[in-house]
Amino acid sequence: MNHLGLVIKREYLTKVRNKAFIVMTILSPIIFMALFALVGYLSQINNSKERTIAVLDESGKLASVFENKENLTFVRLDDMTLDEAKQQVEDNGDYGLLHIENYPELSEIAKSIKFYSEDSPSLTLIASLENRLEKEMTDLRLQQNGVDIEKLRASETRIDIVQESFLGEKSSKIDNVVKLAFGGFAGYMLFMFIIIYGNMIMRSVIEEKTSRIIEVIISSVKPMQLLMGKIIGTSLAGITQFAIWVVLGGGLMLIVSAIFGIDMSEMQSQQEVMEQAVEASGGAFNMQTLMNAIFNLPLVNLMIAFILFFIGGYLLYSSLYAAIGAAVDNETDTQQFLMPILIPLILAVYVGVFTVIEDPHGTVSTVFSFIPFTSPVVMLMRIPFDVPLWQQLVSLVLLFATFMFTVWFAAKIYRVGILMYGKKPSYKELFKWLKY
Amino acid sequence: MSDLLVANSVSKNFGNFKALNDVSIAVPEGSIFGLLGPNGAGKTTLIRIINQITMPDSGTVFLDNEPLKAHHIQDIGYLPEERGLYKSMKVGEQALYLAQLKGLSKSEAKKRLKYWFDKLDIGDWWHKKIQELSKGMAQKIQFVVTVLHKPKLLIFDEPFSGFDPINANIIKDEILQLRDEGATVIFSTHRMESVEELCDHIALLHEANKILDGKLIDIKHQFKTNTFEVGLVTNNEAKLTQILKEKFEISQADFRSLNNDLKLNIKLKSQESSNDLLRFLTSHAEVNHFNELVPSANDIFIQTVRNN
Repeated sequence: MNHLGLVIKREYLTKVRNKAFIVMTILSPIIFMALFALVGYLSQINNSKERTIAVLDESGKLASVFENKENLTFVRLDDMTLDEAKQQVEDNGDYGLLHIENYPELSEIAKSIKFYSEDSPSLTLIASLENRLEKEMTDLRLQQNGVDIEKLRASETRIDIVQESFLGEKSSKIDNVVKLAFGGFAGYMLFMFIIIYGNMIMRSVIEEKTSRIIEVIISSVKPMQLLMGKIIGTSLAGITQFAIWVVLGGGLMLIVSAIFGIDMSEMQSQQEVMEQAVEASGGAFNMQTLMNAIFNLPLVNLMIAFILFFIGGYLLYSSLYAAIGAAVDNETDTQQFLMPILIPLILAVYVGVFTVIEDPHGTVSTVFSFIPFTSPVVMLMRIPFDVPLWQQLVSLVLLFATFMFTVWFAAKIYRVGILMYGKKPSYKELFKWLKY
Repeated sequence: MSDLLVANSVSKNFGNFKALNDVSIAVPEGSIFGLLGPNGAGKTTLIRIINQITMPDSGTVFLDNEPLKAHHIQDIGYLPEERGLYKSMKVGEQALYLAQLKGLSKSEAKKRLKYWFDKLDIGDWWHKKIQELSKGMAQKIQFVVTVLHKPKLLIFDEPFSGFDPINANIIKDEILQLRDEGATVIFSTHRMESVEELCDHIALLHEANKILDGKLIDIKHQFKTNTFEVGLVTNNEAKLTQILKEKFEISQADFRSLNNDLKLNIKLKSQESSNDLLRFLTSHAEVNHFNELVPSANDIFIQTVRNN
């Protein structure tokens, strides 16, 4: 007579067999990848568009700085008035016209530069033009003031601080990037998992209430068993869905990136971050440094902590979701009760993103990694940066103690709420239920 | 005959609201026990306490002379008033799940379900989803699920709601048959005619208190007023009425009859017997209707609740 097992099995099977669930499971990674591919494709198209820019440099000092690039051609116009130049650019269907006037003072020239085009020009293009011009203008003015550019260049120095702990462990910025990636991923996963599957549990409780089956069930199963069965069954369904997403998404990712090469914007920007970090630390970027960085992580600690904090945090929140489901009659009434749950969760992610990156062992991060409602997310983000064991243990003990309390609280609300129909309870009434 | 279920001074408060105040009932084994009372009297709370859904603040409930424990859940079959089934689950799966929760093995549950589905002629619903069935059809399945594990005690809360008269009759016969096979039934309803038809014992709750209980027949004796309904044929109604008025307490009666006769309710004093009345009447007129007015469950219900 294993009721818990039966409830878990039913919850799991009904979730997994649900058509919407199946469609979501299969379609989500496909849609995601399709969007991904679409963005990659579009940016490829965008990059491959040929642009010609006419340059009318009356000062004669700056036109030479523009070099033709892959999709960008510069054409010098000479001995023309501005109106003639405009006319010619328009007739040729060129992208735009860069006009530099002539003044004796360099600073006046700098102020006179204009760009004419039919539509408003691309921001990145303007930025790169400005960048180029600024550099040249600065050099010209430095020279004018008698500075030897060669010497200036030669004296520029680059500093790379080697980070080393007292125990002699060296680390570099790439380690930090990898740590952030791991911590951020773990924290974000938990956050998403709680929101998606917490809601699922809540809906499943509401469904039992609206279909009026709850009293039939509750006459054979203890509310606590039903509550735990729901949470566990739904979580298993969630893990199944997540696993399918990872496998399917990974497979599709391989296919998509094989088609589009590594030209995809996402990959590029990630690589840039890596390259910058590596460049900054002086080494050449290769797989070896990345692997080293990953193996430098406290992997065992990370795995164990991930599992424990994930379970603790998820159970903590899902029991509250179940209590909300029990307290109301339909989903529209849940809003007022969802708010207090979402706030600490969102706060945790913000704290994780803004303060853990800045200072993983600072006061704010440390405090929030002890508060049970934020600790799972924040602590998971901190752990890659080596958190002392005692802190992890204290945080875990607090988390599970609070979990015991919320489950007790949820079970109280649950066993009263599931038999209440027809009215939307206030917080005051919920408090009264605790004493029934 | 021993009592299968005994509730001893059970009280329950919800905050400041008193749902049950020192209520005791005893349900004899093999009986059909009517648990009656106006809305909000505390019937559902008492039933939930018996099902261990709610815990009493004080008092104890005994099943088979044993204080209620978790394993007693298997000995009870409960059909709540607020009932439903999982809408998106198939009938068969759902019935199996609920049966297994009551402690039946899967194979045993399947066997018994097949028996009941054939008996109630619903065998071809096995693969249908509940949302495809009508309310009455779903009620039948709920009834089957309630009785499937052959519990000693069956609790029905408004079991006939949602049934057409034909199906209500089928369910009524099934309940009676279950009783004959040894089950004890607690029956909560507002339909007094089914109380009249089915119940041996009743208890009446009103505003958290038990105000009446016992064998239905004893209660009826207790509530009878010694009044007889008579129809008399005579040449001189006015004279006869006058004679009767002097001797008895009479009032106008209303019933259907073939003759255009004098219809009266005659109340006897406690020492007078019906034979005395009959003898007196036959000496003055032709008696073609004579009937003791037995209080109906409905009358008893209304009268008792009003007086409290």
